[in-house]
Amino acid sequence: MKTYYDPDDLKKFGNISEFQPELGKKFFDYYGSVFADGALTKREKSLIALAVSHALQCPYCIDAYTQDAMERGYDEEQMMEAVHVAGAIRGGATMVHGVQMMNKYKELSM
Amino acid sequence: MAVLTHKSLAAQDHELSESDKQLKLLQEAGLTPFQDKLSDSDLFPLKPINLDIFQINIGKMCNQVCKHCHVDAGPDRKEIMKRETMLECLEAIDKSNCSTVDLTGGAPEMNPDFRWFVEQLSSKGKHIIVRCNLTIIVANKKYNDLPEFYKKHKIEVVSSLPYFSSAKTDAQRGDGVFEQSIRALQMLNAVGYGIEGSGLTLNLVYNPSGAFLPPDQSELAGTFHTKLKDRYDVVFNNLFAITNIPISRYLQYLVASGNYNEYMEKLVNAYNPVAASNVMCRTTLSIGWDGFIYDCDFNQMLDLKVAAKGQHLRDFNATELQERTIIVNQHCYGCTAGAGSSCGGTTT
Repeated sequence: MKTYYDPDDLKKFGNISEFQPELGKKFFDYYGSVFADGALTKREKSLIALAVSHALQCPYCIDAYTQDAMERGYDEEQMMEAVHVAGAIRGGATMVHGVQMMNKYKELSM
Repeated sequence: MAVLTHKSLAAQDHELSESDKQLKLLQEAGLTPFQDKLSDSDLFPLKPINLDIFQINIGKMCNQVCKHCHVDAGPDRKEIMKRETMLECLEAIDKSNCSTVDLTGGAPEMNPDFRWFVEQLSSKGKHIIVRCNLTIIVANKKYNDLPEFYKKHKIEVVSSLPYFSSAKTDAQRGDGVFEQSIRALQMLNAVGYGIEGSGLTLNLVYNPSGAFLPPDQSELAGTFHTKLKDRYDVVFNNLFAITNIPISRYLQYLVASGNYNEYMEKLVNAYNPVAASNVMCRTTLSIGWDGFIYDCDFNQMLDLKVAAKGQHLRDFNATELQERTIIVNQHCYGCTAGAGSSCGGTTT
């Protein structure tokens, strides 16, 4: 193995069931159900998945859900706005902890 | 492999302008033979259902050089149908009892006998479709009255518009194409095309601007209707979502961009037996500019003539053609992926 990530590994995602078939099956059944049309459409879920992929910085997920979003008719502007949502939440999650820092700072200060 | 310029592959002497090179590349991908998939679906050998549509390619000449064009059309292509071949078409149409004649190109309107041919077809009472690239309407004064001409003969206009923005449209079809297309659509709307109750049908064609499959047709249609109305006051009837077939210039794009193998795998993995049973070649015949007969426009561009003794209009035999076996190859995966693809959009 020369790198930790190999694009071809994405196609092998289903192979995770090889080492634990029962839990693998449950996971993929669940995964399939999550992405089926429900209160949200498959199309809406695709864009959420794209944003979450960036928040998690998962290269496999970004590869998969970029393609998926394109095949669901999203354009580059919409997709980048979704990435900004992920960026804003990540940035916000950092900054809101600033309040915790401030609290502690004040607690330790005279 | 060279990146496509404003010239056709043929004018560049590009190796993929040759049909045998394209077929060789498709075979070399090492994927499951398409006929095996059909066999698994009890569809091999593939047979026609009826001869309902005559799709006639009246020439490869075009005012555009789109990156995905399966015809390798462009201003430098001089192959156009002559009137004597059109007369042979008319005779064959009489023998076939088809309901619809679908005129395509290139830009079919650039054929000097286009209007004459439409008038002949119109007098026969056939439903006529013209695959209009839109920009031809505004390309030259002599074409500005095309909307009125279409209206006079109640032609169904089918036009490509890959997206409701200039960036995606121009990237695929050429600089300035989107703006010209919108002007042409407004001219079509002005004579009644796409207007509810007018009886004048204007359908748009979406195809992906890249190496991916088309979105859900009905969802996309809703977005197109809203965006085109809100932004440009343009209306239309239906949107056809079409998959790009891996031949000619689109095949060249796939190879040059490094997407070829993944795209082919994607098509194979998305094989849908229901779409396979509804492929358009089961109800359509394709006629080339020189009068040869094919199962579809894609087979035409790959020079795969019908498996019949009469391969030319002069030997047209409707019974023999009805009983023929349709020629399939690896490019056929493009019509059977996902929701299916045809010149009338999805097939499932």
